[in-house]
Amino acid sequence: MHPESHALLATTAWWLGWFYAAVAALNAGAAVWAARRHAWLRAAAWSAWGAGLAAAAWFSLAGHPPQLPEPFKQACDDLLGPVTFTAGALGLLAVGYVLRRWLVVPAVAWLLLNVSLVWLGLSLSDAHFAAIVARPDNVPIVAMVYLLGFFTWAGTYQAVENDRRLARGQGPVEADYRDEVLVWPDVIYLELIGAILATVVLIVWSLLLRAPLEQPANPAVTPNPAKAPWYFLGLQELLVYFPPWLAGVILPALMILGLMAIPYLDFNPRGNGYYTIAQRRFAYLTFQFGFLGLWVLLILIGTFLRGPNWSFFGFYEAHDAQKMADMTNVSLAELFWVTALGRELPQVTASHGMLVELGQIAWREAPGLAALGLYYVALPWLLARTLLQGLAAKLGRTRYGVLTLLLLTMLALPLKMILVWTVHLSYVVNIPEYFFYF
Amino acid sequence: MSLRDSQIWKSIFRHPAPVDRRNRVMVILSNVFLHVHPVVLKKHALRPAYTWYMGLLAFWLFVVETVTGVLLMFYYRPTVEWAYNDILALRDVASLGVLREVHRWAAHAMVIVVWLHMYRVFLTGSYKPPREFNWCVGVMLLVATLLLSFTGYLLPWDQLSMWAVTVGSNMASAVPLLGSEGPGHQMLSAGGVDVIASGSDARYALLGARAVGEETLNRFYILHCVAIPLVAAVLISVHLWRVRKDGSISGPEEEGREARGEGREAGGEGPEARDEGREARGEGGDAGGEGLEARGEGPEAGGRW
Ligand code: HEM
Repeated sequence: MHPESHALLATTAWWLGWFYAAVAALNAGAAVWAARRHAWLRAAAWSAWGAGLAAAAWFSLAGHPPQLPEPFKQACDDLLGPVTFTAGALGLLAVGYVLRRWLVVPAVAWLLLNVSLVWLGLSLSDAHFAAIVARPDNVPIVAMVYLLGFFTWAGTYQAVENDRRLARGQGPVEADYRDEVLVWPDVIYLELIGAILATVVLIVWSLLLRAPLEQPANPAVTPNPAKAPWYFLGLQELLVYFPPWLAGVILPALMILGLMAIPYLDFNPRGNGYYTIAQRRFAYLTFQFGFLGLWVLLILIGTFLRGPNWSFFGFYEAHDAQKMADMTNVSLAELFWVTALGRELPQVTASHGMLVELGQIAWREAPGLAALGLYYVALPWLLARTLLQGLAAKLGRTRYGVLTLLLLTMLALPLKMILVWTVHLSYVVNIPEYFFYF
Repeated sequence: MSLRDSQIWKSIFRHPAPVDRRNRVMVILSNVFLHVHPVVLKKHALRPAYTWYMGLLAFWLFVVETVTGVLLMFYYRPTVEWAYNDILALRDVASLGVLREVHRWAAHAMVIVVWLHMYRVFLTGSYKPPREFNWCVGVMLLVATLLLSFTGYLLPWDQLSMWAVTVGSNMASAVPLLGSEGPGHQMLSAGGVDVIASGSDARYALLGARAVGEETLNRFYILHCVAIPLVAAVLISVHLWRVRKDGSISGPEEEGREARGEGREAGGEGPEARDEGREARGEGGDAGGEGLEARGEGPEAGGRW
């Protein structure tokens, strides 16, 4: 092992010790909680598990944190790539949705939380993993992952419970809390306590973790990789698949407008003011796909798995600046004219005036333009007459148009990714003459 | 004479201590900070399981950022010569050496908390009528939060900040028509000369130069400390106001409630109650409260209480 990774390990070992101790304490709490409900088996399981974690804490504090076996790490890195990670995560989200009634059971959720925490602890003793995950600016993102996990559980738990009640013809849980309370003192005190707690957390966090400060700004030295702030890394990751004007301008604008459009497109009056999935399945799945499945997932890839040259690195891989992503992508026009038909790419000449030039470009790009037309015009038109007839009638022309534009654009993200991975497609429409790439 | 009986105390709090129902109502109505609240709330609106308190937390983090930000402004000079050194000094020399940490971590936390708030509002379907517009105000707040974070990211003027902002602002040169590398920008030309070039495009407008430099530091400083916070403060005011006007925190519709609510309102609480018809429907009791306000506040109401 490298001497520098030894030094890193020594500092992380101390933190890891306290981390394992905290998880052990949580499990002791869970054991007590189970015992008081006479769930003896679970109480015993959590106690045993907690004892194991306490041992891990002990070894870590003594400078020997438990490690993941090298072959396991190697296998993880070999397995992990943009394709497997994205597809795997989306697959897990889908499975989670299908199995939600079972996953929200507290004991199951607790077990999953434990597994992920132990994986995090074991991985943190890997120098490469720690170098990325424990960077000061990345620590909040780890916290965000757990917060998102927790609140997804909390929201789903209540939705599952409400859906059960609604199916029996009862009202949602929220309706049981009809009593009115005076805002003074109940609400004011709650707000005060909340503010104090939040401030204490912030101060403790600030005492424990210094804000990062690197070398003074130097325009002559470009870091590799140069990363945007973490909340924009999803967009930076999109640059792998889309040209800048789409990834950096049009798609973000559509996200903002799309979010604002939600209340005007979702005409379903049910599910207003309580957690439910069954009563608004389509809206729920669409939002979750966009939020957890694209926005958050792409940020995680951009933050944790992209290194020098924006190459993809596994969790335990050294960030080697020599690793280059092979980016020999071809446009749809080339795929169509050259690869499929075995001809030359149609020529474009600027000397006969702009109209002729545009005509020639249109001919060269005909396959891509046709594909776009089919996707954005013919497909919605067809759907409005078949599958989505009722929806189209209810929404009216404009709103149906906006809805399909937004949904199809959202779907275009994974579609384009798949096309890049499989046929190495660069652009569907490629007009360098006018800086227009699609 | 106790403090509470002094003229000064009474001039500040225009009612006795909030120990009985009437004065607990009064304290909310007569205090400018508290009056964003309704007088009564349904219990379910207070359940942490329902709102996750994320809106409240976002608001509190905005307050924390304002306070720590003002304190940081006492130390920090937004110039290429001083910015980095001032940040160093904030850590090593200044008392309250965690000021910068609190400001930075609260900024990260605010981004996360605002996302979680949006997540909760979506999951409870709280954007549905009558709250459509407030959802849109929320989305604008989300954008303002991100822009606040992004502009602040540059100010330490280290490698991390300068290059992150370079990567981010490069996108502005890809804006269609207006960016010097955006699609179709050559179409804007006057007499064969490009109007949109790297010295005149959207990115230049943002940075004040062709690359991130001292002009950019100045621009981002003003955006970060003055322009965007002002916009955010106005939006937050509108947002909280609308939470109330849209019938307070959302909740399941009650059967038969509408009819009863309407009846109460007809009881006549003055003009205030009428234009808050929606709210009265949502939470009945509030209309009663506003009525008190109308009666109790006028100087001609005779006596202070
Ligand atoms: C700086 C950012 C924001 C602040 C300070 C803020 C503050 C608040 C507060 C204090 C509430 C009261 C209920 C609660 O605490 O959950 C609230 C409700 C609400 N917020 Fe926000 N918010 C922000 C951003 C957003 C965003 C990004 C959205 C949506 C995209 C949003 C949409 C709403 C809606 C629709 C309600 C009403 C919810 C209901 O009645 O259940 N807000 N907001």
